[in-house]
Amino acid sequence: MSDTITKGAEAPSGDNTPKVSTEKKQKPERVASLWSDALRDLRRNPIFIIGAALVSFLIILAVVPGWFTDGSPFDNNACDLADSLKRPSAEHWFGFDVQGCDIYTRTVWGARNSIIVGVLTTSMVTLVGALLGLLAGWKGGIVDSILSRFTEIFFSIPLLLGGMLIMSMLGKGNAWTVSVVMTVLGWPQIFRIMRASVLANKNNDYVMAARALGAGAGRITFRHILPNAIAPVIVVSAISLGVYIGAEAALSYLGIGVQPPEISWGLMISDASVRFLDAPHVLLFPSAVLSVTVLAFIMLGDAVRDALDPKLR
Amino acid sequence: MGRYVIRRLIQAIPVLIGATFLIYWLCFSLPGDPVQALAGEKKADPIVAEMIRQKYHLNDPFLLQYWNYITGVFQGNLGESLTGRQVSDMISEAFPFTVNLAIVAFVIEAIIGVLAGVMAALRKGKFLDQLVLISTLFVISIPVFVTGFVLQLVLGVKLKNDYGIEIFSVSFNEEDGLRGYLLPAFVLASTSLAYVARLTRTSLMETMRADYVRTAVAKGLKKRRVIGRHALRNALIPIVTFLGADLGGLMGGAVITEKIFNIHGIGGLLAQAVYQKQGTIIVGVVTLLVMIYLITTLLVDMLYAVLDPRIRYE
Repeated sequence: MSDTITKGAEAPSGDNTPKVSTEKKQKPERVASLWSDALRDLRRNPIFIIGAALVSFLIILAVVPGWFTDGSPFDNNACDLADSLKRPSAEHWFGFDVQGCDIYTRTVWGARNSIIVGVLTTSMVTLVGALLGLLAGWKGGIVDSILSRFTEIFFSIPLLLGGMLIMSMLGKGNAWTVSVVMTVLGWPQIFRIMRASVLANKNNDYVMAARALGAGAGRITFRHILPNAIAPVIVVSAISLGVYIGAEAALSYLGIGVQPPEISWGLMISDASVRFLDAPHVLLFPSAVLSVTVLAFIMLGDAVRDALDPKLR
Repeated sequence: MGRYVIRRLIQAIPVLIGATFLIYWLCFSLPGDPVQALAGEKKADPIVAEMIRQKYHLNDPFLLQYWNYITGVFQGNLGESLTGRQVSDMISEAFPFTVNLAIVAFVIEAIIGVLAGVMAALRKGKFLDQLVLISTLFVISIPVFVTGFVLQLVLGVKLKNDYGIEIFSVSFNEEDGLRGYLLPAFVLASTSLAYVARLTRTSLMETMRADYVRTAVAKGLKKRRVIGRHALRNALIPIVTFLGADLGGLMGGAVITEKIFNIHGIGGLLAQAVYQKQGTIIVGVVTLLVMIYLITTLLVDMLYAVLDPRIRYE
C-alpha cells in the first residue's frame, strides 16, 4: 500500500501523464485502514444489522418506556391481587404475576436497569483493564510483575461468590452498585488481553521509528501502540456487554443484585421461580426478553469481531 | 520442568495470600454483628456474646485476626465457625456435590463441545457448520437459570406427566447417583459448551490451513490421521486453556444450578454463611476455589508441553 502512495506522489514530477491518471483512479479504494475496512464489513453483515436494530430498539425502551406502555410499575394502584397469576390475554400480552401486576409493563420498565448495567460495566471494565494493561505491557519489568500478580488475585475469585460478598458489604443493590461489583471482578480479563496485545505490538518497527523520530513515551503509547493494540480489547468488550447483562440478571436472581422496589428481569425471574411449575408464563416472558437482549448484544459483538479479525473467517 | 513447577508454586503463594486477604477484609467489613446474628431476633446475652468474641478473637485488630487465620491455613487448619463446627468438616460435607456436578458438566462440555466444533470446522460453510454457529449463539445468549428452569419444566415435568418417561428428575436426589447429576450438569455446562464448540471450530479451521497439515495430506495420510494426529493436536492448545480455566469457573458458577435443582453444595453453604456473616466459612470456601483455580492453570500450562513438544519449560 505504501508503494502506491509514494508512486502517486512521485508521478507528477515525471512526464508520463497516463500513469498519473490510473494512480489517481486507484487511490480512493486503496486508503483503507483496519477501521474503515471493518466499518464497511459491518454495514454489509446481516447479523450486525439485525443486532443493531434490536439494540437500538432496546435502548429506546430503556430511555422512554412510557412510549410502549401506559402503566407504570411504580404506581401504587397498578396491581390488583384479584389478577394474580392470570394467563396472557389480548389486553395483557404477558399476563399477571403473583402480586397481580401486569408483566408486560414490568418487563418494559425492566429494560432500563439491564442496559445501564451492561453499558456502565463494559465501559468501566474496558477503561480500567485497558489502562492497566497498557501500563503493564509498556513498562514491563517490576511494574508488570506486580500488576500481573494483582490481576491474578481478582481473576481467581469467582464472579458470583465475590459478587455475593461485595454486594452484602455495599448493602444497597441498584444498577450502579451492581456495575461497580462486576467491574471490580471483571477488569482482569481486559487487562490480560490488552497486556498481551501491547507486548505483541511494542517491538514492531513503527514503534522504533516513532522513537527514532524523537516521540516521547506518552505519544508512543497513546498515538502509536494504543490504536494498534486496542482491536482485540474492543472485540472482547463488545461480546461481554451481553454477558454482563446476563450476569446482572444472575446476581439479581440470587437476591444479591438489584433490590426491590427497583425492577430487574433477574428479580422478576427470581420471584416467578417459586410458582414456576403452576404459572410458567410469569417466568418465561421476562426470560425470553432477557435472552433476546443478550442475544442482540452478542450478535453485535460477534459481527464486530468478524470485522476486526479477518483471520477468523 | 521440575524447576518450572516450583517457580510457579512460589508465584502462586502471593496470589493465594492476596485473595484470602481481600476476602477476609470483605468479610470483616460486612455490616452487622455476627455474634448478634447467632442469637437471631433475640437480644444476645452480653456475657455469652463477650465470651464468643474472646474465644474467636473477634476483638483483635483486623491484621492480627488475618495473621492468625492465614498461619492456620498454611498448617492445614481452616478454622472453626462461630457455632463451633470445623470449617473443613462443613466444606467436606458440601463439596463432593459441587465437585461431582462440576466434573460431570466438564465431561459433557469437553466431549460435546469438541465434537461439535470439529464437525463444524470440517464442513466449513455447510449446513452443519451454520447449525453449530447459530445454535451456540442461542445457547450463549440464554442465561443459565433460564435454561435450568426451562429444561426442568420440559424434561423433568412435562416428559414425566405427559409421556410417562422419567429419565430426569425435577430436583436433585442423592439416591439417583449419576443420573441425578445429568440434567443439572448439562445446564451448568451449556454456556461453556457453546464456547468450546466455537473455539474448537475456529482453532481447527486455522490449523487445517497450516503447512504441516498440507504436508501430511501430500504424504497420503488418511484423513482421519491427518485430523487426529496433526491438526487436532495442535488446535487443542487454546481449547485446553479454556477448559482448564473453566473447571474452577464451573465450581464457582454452580451456585445457580445448585439453587435451581436443590443441590446442597458449596453454593448454599456460602449463601448461608454470607447471610449469617460467618467470615471463616466464606474465606474457607473461597480459599479452596482459589487453590483449585491456581492448580488447574498450572496443570494446563504443563499440558501445553505434552501437546506441543516445541513448548519447553526450563
